[in-house]
Amino acid sequence: MNSNKKVVYDDKARRMAEQLFLTEQRHIADRLREDCECRDGMFPRRATSSRRSFLFAAGSLVGAAGAATIAHAEALKAPPGAVFYDVPDDPTKVQGRPVVDGSYGTRSQFETEARMRYPTPNENTSWSFTPLGRGVGNITPSGLHFERHHGGIPTIDPAKHNLLIHGMVDRSMTFSMADIKRLPSVTRKHFIECSGNGLTEWNKPTMKTVQGTHGLLSTSEWTGVQFATFARETGLKEDAAWVLAEGADAAVMTRSIPMEKMLKDALIVYGQNGEAIRPEQGYPLRLLLPGYEGNTHIKWLRRLQVSDKPFMTREETAKYTDLLGSGKARIFSLDMEAKSVITFPSGEMKLPGPGFYNITGLAWTGRGRVQSVDVSLDSGRTWYPARLESPPEPMCTVRFSFPWMWDGKSAVLQSRCIDETGYVQPTLEQLIAIRGDSGPFGSIYHLNAIQSWAVSEAGDVTNVHA
Amino acid sequence: MSMHKRWFACVIGVCLFSGSAGAQSMVDHFGLGQTATANEAAKYFSIPPSGAGLPAGSGTAKAGVLVFANTCAACHGDKLQGNPAAGIGGDRLLGGRGSLVGKTPVKTVESYWPYATTLFDYIKRTMPFSAPGSLRDDEVYSLVAYILSEARIIKPSETMDAKSLPKVQMPNKDGFIPDARPELQLYR
Ligand code: HEC
Repeated sequence: MNSNKKVVYDDKARRMAEQLFLTEQRHIADRLREDCECRDGMFPRRATSSRRSFLFAAGSLVGAAGAATIAHAEALKAPPGAVFYDVPDDPTKVQGRPVVDGSYGTRSQFETEARMRYPTPNENTSWSFTPLGRGVGNITPSGLHFERHHGGIPTIDPAKHNLLIHGMVDRSMTFSMADIKRLPSVTRKHFIECSGNGLTEWNKPTMKTVQGTHGLLSTSEWTGVQFATFARETGLKEDAAWVLAEGADAAVMTRSIPMEKMLKDALIVYGQNGEAIRPEQGYPLRLLLPGYEGNTHIKWLRRLQVSDKPFMTREETAKYTDLLGSGKARIFSLDMEAKSVITFPSGEMKLPGPGFYNITGLAWTGRGRVQSVDVSLDSGRTWYPARLESPPEPMCTVRFSFPWMWDGKSAVLQSRCIDETGYVQPTLEQLIAIRGDSGPFGSIYHLNAIQSWAVSEAGDVTNVHA
Repeated sequence: MSMHKRWFACVIGVCLFSGSAGAQSMVDHFGLGQTATANEAAKYFSIPPSGAGLPAGSGTAKAGVLVFANTCAACHGDKLQGNPAAGIGGDRLLGGRGSLVGKTPVKTVESYWPYATTLFDYIKRTMPFSAPGSLRDDEVYSLVAYILSEARIIKPSETMDAKSLPKVQMPNKDGFIPDARPELQLYR
């Protein structure tokens, strides 16, 4: 790579990158404190501390009030989404917890993964990353789906929420949530990726973990109604070519979507992974545009305005445009292109020693199905085909794996996605050659380059540009 | 047949065929949802570059100075220079002209935004961040006039309204090109 292509951050970008770096450090430190064995054994284990059992025992001596205080303190110790329970020496010798009528389950107290917020100065316009490093399979747990909000997460009563469809239609209509749920529905698995995923990585390897480098990617099973079903109800005027989608949050987020896309596969969804979509994901209704950049999937969807031209909203002009080296910016760069990343082993993990490792990761493309994934152990000189763990679905991640017998020598691990259109995931060098080197503040978005993880002889895994 | 006529025809169709299996495939409309009145749509706005839908009212930079000082400056700075402080994070609104080709592009309303109508739409839609959607249309026009005048895009004396705003020529109006992807170099 051309070494005079030094990219300079402007003040705001630099401040944010520095803050993000510190946040990630804090997350890593927390993790080490929480499960001290996780770096040595690559698979995290959270040992029950003897201190914890001691506290619990002491609590039972000091009576009900004291016990309640202690129980509260214990509850606070459980990771987010979990409840703390005392751990018996032998679970086969005591009864477990009873079946509770009317319960909603929690995850195990030993599972600690959480989203990491990007430290924007304002918490209401901010984003958080999915912890991809320890994810398994294809679906992102709803509570770990990445977030990007521009005006916080609104609380919306579905009984009062409607979708208005108007503009260049034969008949303007409003649909209540009850109406929408009565319409014919479809269920499809799709990824959503923020086009800013990896924005810190243009210049130099910045984030340490795969959560930081690739965590603005999540996959869910979505349930809802095709836009085409609504269009059939309202009719479309002859010149209808764009649809403005608007959210009911404090940002009143708007994006213009080409009608071609809307009629092809746009979904108006109310379901995520078998239940109502999460508030952070747009409860009660969001737009789902398979393969399009995340910002277009308008959450808390309340209005669709059909038009002959795009509206040129702030998010599609001032933001989410790709400023090239030439000083011109690409507008309506909506497709997310083929990309992949190795999630295990990945940054900040440690391999305990030579031996067998099942390399695994995710591959995806906004242009259809993943055709194949290659893995390299020598920084892209030699490529081997990876195994896909399930049949690839359109505009959906697929988990791949590759059996690796590590000989204990240093290695650079990479993966490369080829999609069904024949597009090959590029190197960073290739991307910069095309888009210019105005870097993280110019062409912020659509960084889909091959990711490299270096494995040292000691087994430490780090983010590198190779 | 126009979509409209077809809609009526199918309402009849549903009546005629309901009760038979054949009716299912004849259902052109589900009979769900309500016809929206013009009033309902009028509650909303989204202003394209043509200015369609811009409300009545007007504003000047002079009037905007005070509104900005009272409702915006805390977060965007008294010189529109931005405020990165924790809990605030208001963007810088001025400067950066001519920087887009360089190594340190600075994207602001002045240097990057292609349409003045977007500024009106965005401020009316979601600013001030602490009380989104609370501004009167005259105030929004005034703020737009103030920001554009500070950016030396319009003269301090110009009035912004539904007629003049869409005519404003932003410095970077020709700065955008269609998406050239897929980049053909990247195919097998
Ligand atoms: C409480 C702090 C706060 C106040 C008050 C505030 N803003 Fe903002 N403003 C923000 C934040 C934060 C953003 C960025 C929002 C985002 O990107 O999600 C922003 C963004 C903007 C932008 C877009 C800038 C760009 O380059 O994208 C404009 C224009 C703007 N504000 C104008 C105003 C005006 C005019 C007022 C006064 C009516 C105002 N703001 C009041 C915090 C504030």
